[in-house]
Amino acid sequence: MAPVRYATLDAGRPYWGLLVVLAGLLGLGFLGFLHLEHEGHWITGMNNQIVWGIPHVFAVFLIVAASGALNVASIASVFGRTDYKPLARLSGLLAAALLIGGLAILVLDLGRPDRLIVAMTYYNFKSIFAWNIFLYTGLLAVIALYLWVQFQPALERHVRAAGILALLWRLVLTTGTGAIFGFLVARQGYDAAIMAPLFIIMSFSYGTAVFLLVLEVTCRAAGRPLGDALPRQIKNLLGVFVSAVLYFVLAYHLTNLYATEHHDFEAFILNFDSLYSKIFWLGQVGLGSLVPLALFYGPKTRNCRSSAMVGAALVILGGMFQLYVIIIGGQAFPLVMFPGMIESSSFFDGVVASYIPSVWEFMLGFTGILISLIALIAGMGALGFLPEDLSDPAEAG
Amino acid sequence: MNFDPQRREFLKGATAVSTMTLAPGVMLYARAPDEPVTGAVRWGMLIDTRLCQEDCHACVDACNTEHNLQDLGRPETDAQWIRKLNVRDPLTERSVSMPMMCQHCEHPPCEDVCPTGASFRRADGIVLVDKHTCIGCRYCMMACPYKARSFIHENLDEQLPHAPRGKGCVESCTLCVHRQDDNDHTTACADACQSDGHKANLFGDLNDSNSEISQRIREFGATQFRADLRLNTGVRYQGLF
Repeated sequence: MAPVRYATLDAGRPYWGLLVVLAGLLGLGFLGFLHLEHEGHWITGMNNQIVWGIPHVFAVFLIVAASGALNVASIASVFGRTDYKPLARLSGLLAAALLIGGLAILVLDLGRPDRLIVAMTYYNFKSIFAWNIFLYTGLLAVIALYLWVQFQPALERHVRAAGILALLWRLVLTTGTGAIFGFLVARQGYDAAIMAPLFIIMSFSYGTAVFLLVLEVTCRAAGRPLGDALPRQIKNLLGVFVSAVLYFVLAYHLTNLYATEHHDFEAFILNFDSLYSKIFWLGQVGLGSLVPLALFYGPKTRNCRSSAMVGAALVILGGMFQLYVIIIGGQAFPLVMFPGMIESSSFFDGVVASYIPSVWEFMLGFTGILISLIALIAGMGALGFLPEDLSDPAEAG
Repeated sequence: MNFDPQRREFLKGATAVSTMTLAPGVMLYARAPDEPVTGAVRWGMLIDTRLCQEDCHACVDACNTEHNLQDLGRPETDAQWIRKLNVRDPLTERSVSMPMMCQHCEHPPCEDVCPTGASFRRADGIVLVDKHTCIGCRYCMMACPYKARSFIHENLDEQLPHAPRGKGCVESCTLCVHRQDDNDHTTACADACQSDGHKANLFGDLNDSNSEISQRIREFGATQFRADLRLNTGVRYQGLF
C-alpha cells in the first residue's frame, strides 16, 4: 500500500473568510452568554422544574458524538482495518473538536461559570459528574497522544497501543455520561443501568454520522478526491449503529412497560399525547432512525452518496430529538413522591413541567457547535489531517 | 475571629448546665460558637398531617420572611424552600395537606451527586449548600427525590446576614441553621405553626430519646417520604395514607 500523503487545507481567501464568518458568529454567541450571565437564568426557559434544557441537549450530543467520532480511528488502529487508516487523523481531530464544543456549553451554562477553578480543584469522588470532569479532559489528552503517535512515523509502532487506550477511555467516558442519568434514583425516566450502554451505542451512531458528513463536505469543499468505498462502508456501519440504538431503546421501554410503577411514565413518552411522545415517535424513531435506515439500505438509494449524507444529517437530528426526550422529557414528567396518589402544590408537583426554550439557550448551543467547527477547520488548516487523495484503490492506481 | 476567653469559659459552663434535664421530656442542648458541630444531636422535624390545615400557609410565609425569599412574580423560577403539598387518594378521596421541604436525609442524594462537594450534611443532620463552592450545575436538583431545591435565577438584593443567597447557586431549607448555631432550637416554620395554633410542625432532636419529637414518634410512629430509597430522612410525617 502506497504511503498516504496528507496536506493542510488550502489557506486561501475562502478558508480565512469562512473562519472569519464563524468567529463573528461565535462573538455573537459569546455576547449572548454575557447577557445570560449578567441577567441570570430567568431569561431562559429553564426553571426549578426543568433545570437542564436545550444547552444540555447540545452539550451532551457533542460530547457523546465526540466519543463516537473516534470510531473510524479505532477501526483502523485497534481492529486493523488498514483501509480506514487514512481517515484516522481526521477522526481524532473531529473527536477533540466536538468534545471542546460540548464542554464549552456545559461550562457557559453553569450558574457560576466564573467558578470553573472551583470545579477543577474541589472534587467529590462519589459524584459521577466529578468523574466525568476527569474523563472529558482526560479524553482530550488521550486524543492528543493518539494523534501525536500517528503524526510521527518513528512512533508508528505505538499507534495500536494508543488506539486501544483511546477506545477504552471513550467507552468509560460514555458509560459515565449515561450514568449521569442512570444514577438518578429518584426520577421515573432515569434510574436505569441500561443508560450506560445506551449512551455508548448512541455515541457510535451520532459520532459516525457526524464523521461521514464532515468527510464528505470537507472533501468536496477542499477538492480532495473521495472514492465510493469508504463512505459506503461508513454508511453501512452507521446503519448498524442506528439499528442498535433502536434495539436498546426498545429494551429500555419494554423493561419499563413490564413494571406497573413505570406505566405512567411510559404512557407519557409513548402514547402520542405529550409533546415528548410526538418528538419520540416522529423525530427520534421516524425521522431520525427509520428514514435514515431506508435511505442507507433501500434499493434505490443505497448506492447514492447524497442520500447517505441526508441520512447522516437525519441521524444527527434524530439524536438531538432523542436527547431532548431523555433529558427534558425525563424532567418534565412529574416526580412521584406518593405512588398512585394525586399531588399538587405551588411548586408544580403532580403536573407536567412546562418548558419553552429561549433564544439564549439556542445561542449557547450553537456557540458550542461554532467552537467545534472552528477547532476542526483551524486544525485542518494547521496540520495535515486530511489525505490528499482518498480515491478507491483501483481508481487511484 | 477572636473569642473572648472569659466568654468562652462562660459558654462552656453554660453548655454543661443547659444540657441538664430540666424536666421530664425537656432537654436543652447548647453549643459554644467555637465548638464543632457533632453528631450528638440530630435535628429533625415531625409533621402531623392531621393537624395541618390545607388553607394555612403560615409555615411558608414564616420561612419566606425569615430568609427573605421574595415573590418575583415568576412562580416557575421563584425559590421555594418550603411549600404546601396536597395529596389525594383517588380511590378513597382522602386528602392530606403538609409542608414539604428538604428532608435532611442521612444519605442525601444531593450530596452524592454534587461534583464539588458543595452539597453536604453537617454532623447534626442538617443538609446545606456551601455557597462558596456551588458552581450552579443543578445536578443536585436532578437528584433530589423531594424537589426540595431551588436555583437562584436572578440577581438578589436586600440580603440578610444570616441567610446569604446569590444568583447562580442552588439553595434549600437549612432547618434555620442560623438559629441552631445561636442555640435557639426552633425553626421559623415550626414557630409559626405553633403560634398559629395548629401545632402540626414540631422541631427537635431525634437523637434525644427524651425529646418531645422522639417521644411522639415512638408513641405514634411516623412515615418517611420515599422510604424505599432508604435515605433515613430527618423530617417525618404522621397521619399519611
